[in-house]
Amino acid sequence: MTETHLHAIKTSTGRTLRTEEMVVNMGPQHPSTHGVLRLEVVLDGEIVVDVIPHLGYLHRCFEKHCEHMTSYQQVIPYVDRMDYVAAMTNEHAFVVAAEKLLKIEVPERVHYIRIIMAELQRIASHLIAIGTFGIDMGAFTPFLYYFRDREKILELFEMTCGARLLYNYIWIGGLSHDIPPQFVERTKEFCTDFKKTLKEVNDLLNYNEIFIKRTANVGILPKDLAINYACSGPMLRGSGVDFDLRRDDPYTLYNKFEWDVIVGKGEMGTVGDVWDRNIVRQREMWESLRIIEQAIATLPEGDVQKAVPKRIRPVPGDAYGRVEGPRGELGFYIVAEDSVTPYRIKARAPAFVNLSVINEISKGAMLADLVAIMGSIDIVLGEVDR
Amino acid sequence: MTAQEIHDILKSQFGEAILEAKLENVPDPFIKIQTEKIKEVAEFTKSDDRLQFDYLMCLSGVDYKGKLGITYHLYSMTHRHKIVLKIEVPTETPNVPSVESVWKTANWHEREAYDLFGFNFVGHPDQRRILLPEDWEGHPLRKDYQTPEFYNGMKVPY
Amino acid sequence: MENILAFLNEPAVTMVLLALIPLVFILVYALVTIYFEMKVAAHIQNRLAYMETGWHGVIQPIADMLKLLQKEDIIPTDADKFLFILAPYLVFIGTYASFAVMPFSSGFIGSNIDLGIFYLVAASSLVVVGLLMAGWASNNKWSMFGALRSAAQIVSYEIPGVLAILGVVMVFGTMNMQTMTQMQDGGIQNWLIIGGNFPLGQKLALFPFMFILFIIYLLSSMAEVNRTPFDLPEAESELVQGYNTEYSGMKFAIFYLAEYANLFLVSAIVVVMFFGGWTSPFGSFMSGTVWSAFWFVLKGMSFVFLNIWLRWTLPRLRVDQLMYVSWKVLTPFALFCIIAIGFIMVI
Repeated sequence: MTETHLHAIKTSTGRTLRTEEMVVNMGPQHPSTHGVLRLEVVLDGEIVVDVIPHLGYLHRCFEKHCEHMTSYQQVIPYVDRMDYVAAMTNEHAFVVAAEKLLKIEVPERVHYIRIIMAELQRIASHLIAIGTFGIDMGAFTPFLYYFRDREKILELFEMTCGARLLYNYIWIGGLSHDIPPQFVERTKEFCTDFKKTLKEVNDLLNYNEIFIKRTANVGILPKDLAINYACSGPMLRGSGVDFDLRRDDPYTLYNKFEWDVIVGKGEMGTVGDVWDRNIVRQREMWESLRIIEQAIATLPEGDVQKAVPKRIRPVPGDAYGRVEGPRGELGFYIVAEDSVTPYRIKARAPAFVNLSVINEISKGAMLADLVAIMGSIDIVLGEVDR
Repeated sequence: MTAQEIHDILKSQFGEAILEAKLENVPDPFIKIQTEKIKEVAEFTKSDDRLQFDYLMCLSGVDYKGKLGITYHLYSMTHRHKIVLKIEVPTETPNVPSVESVWKTANWHEREAYDLFGFNFVGHPDQRRILLPEDWEGHPLRKDYQTPEFYNGMKVPY
Repeated sequence: MENILAFLNEPAVTMVLLALIPLVFILVYALVTIYFEMKVAAHIQNRLAYMETGWHGVIQPIADMLKLLQKEDIIPTDADKFLFILAPYLVFIGTYASFAVMPFSSGFIGSNIDLGIFYLVAASSLVVVGLLMAGWASNNKWSMFGALRSAAQIVSYEIPGVLAILGVVMVFGTMNMQTMTQMQDGGIQNWLIIGGNFPLGQKLALFPFMFILFIIYLLSSMAEVNRTPFDLPEAESELVQGYNTEYSGMKFAIFYLAEYANLFLVSAIVVVMFFGGWTSPFGSFMSGTVWSAFWFVLKGMSFVFLNIWLRWTLPRLRVDQLMYVSWKVLTPFALFCIIAIGFIMVI
């Protein structure tokens, strides 16, 4: 794919000028590839002709490791390390799949706490996504505003399970411990405080004239293409598809709460452009706050470890469980044999799938747009490479 | 639409190509398809108005010791129903028709399955390794895979 | 003693000593501005920045400088060695030479030539050559990209910038920067941004055009010093670091120094043209050689602050939008202003 395409341009004096396309390597060490992604970019001046992603720089053999565990519970810490900015969601997804396989019913309180954690994690992840997207656009300041509030969420997590990034908190059948007594109060406080920042930074970044100019009508992902490429999460909703697993394929108890699915409407340009994807993330945080507030208000009592199995030995079979992660549909396909060791675990990483569309939507864009598109896909390389 | 109805439609359309189906008492109902027919079945499930499986959730390779299998998890955005298709191939000749032309998302999933299991996707436009280095030998997720001693002069097991 | 005095009176020596004053100023100013920028940026972003070295980290810039001095000086193997080494110095020389005509105070100007601002535009254009050289010599595609972008950007933005200067020159009737400043002496009401030292009618007619020219020059000067929202040549998230990706150690420090010096230079031009240069805003109060130097630096620094403020607030433009702003917005407006000023000055 690296052969250069030659063009001949006639100058006004009748001479032919030969211009060549330039192949540049964006990454694996590049500030805006969000980790160690390598993009082989064919450029015609500033215009992107072709993008070929090369993955695998962070491949840690997650699936192979899982086949050597001595228990299903042991997979959870590994799952954490896939999407390291949204570890709670990963645990949740794996546990949903495993409980489907094992046919475990968990107490209501566990569901509520899981939902609170997953939504807090969604906010934390979206904060990073929008913040780093701002950096990609050259706006450094909103990132730090968002980071300050992400820190508060991490403190809540730390209070709950002692870890700030990789929690090992959601277990098959329950949770590793109940939430601490001050948690409810602190979460309520956070929800109130956070609304202020959210509004402030929304005005500062998302409605900035330069920002709109840079993102509107860039990297348009049409509806059909998004579905055909199985994009999910804000990527899919940004393209105007009204689909959210929390509502349309309900797991845990999401259908108990009142909230809306945010869909990109093309307010600043075309439906499915970078701005839409970004604003979907921004508005989803409001919805997450709504869910958290409702869940906190109606949190039932109960023993969170009641349904945790002592020993997990499933009936042979397979199950695919999926949840709506911050980046999209995070699924785990578990194949079990009559053993305590998982036979095969496949992770359907949303970032991996969403990234596969990059070539399609960035052709003909400018180099700076490519950076914007990359940022709007919101990849986490830990998840892409696994 | 329930798994039973989906199965009936596929059965009436393809008959012999539907090898086996398990629709009840399993977490995800699945239908086993003859490997050679998978692409036709895929095209049919996507284009048929009653099914419209336009969203390929996941494509996973599995090593069943002695044979390899692929599981396709399908979902329909219009009808909001899902089904699982499965195929099996012998380990020695793992040739599978590619469904890349039906669902573009299969492109990377199939590359991953090729990379880790060594399937040969017939008709795949760009079958290269995706997660492992281009010069890696073997397909690690196969159950009989032996970790090499050295990779480019570097010791592998640590 | 007498020998020393005689030595100092030697014209060549005097010249060197006088030439050293801007250099010393640049060095001190750069240290202050690095600290200043870090602190301003940090406080804009809810941070504290340097806090460890000295009181609130005041000696951190010196530590940074020492670090850069003792860093290994890496030259890429396939780089064009001669050009690679020459580039940072050329960039710095371009900037430093421009300081020669800068009226720092009523008593000090490096060279009081009649072609002052013309010379300044010419000398500061050297910077482009240096940047292109750096990008080319680095033998790095990203650097090359940055260099080409920066050349395109600086050359494009020089046009509205120079047109704005032309408008101002038409009003003053001189290109001598010292004379320009003297013409605005006598207090804030005489500054060109408010219409200059002219009869009331003319002043009112000039005011809107001067304001537009000021905005035009401010924008093009920001583009010329490659800072956000016009930092495309360096665009960290796109081009890694643009033309200075491959530079390290002292060479990088010189680029850095030149960048900050350039920042003050363009701010000083704004000050001289529109804000009365070294003149005191209160007429004869607080004026004099030393006070005027104080006012000059203070005014200059406020525009440096404005630049820093904008840098840490705004996102970056895209390359086509950048060109659009220059060619389709700033240049026509500048031309229009020039025509209007022509009429006003004739009447």
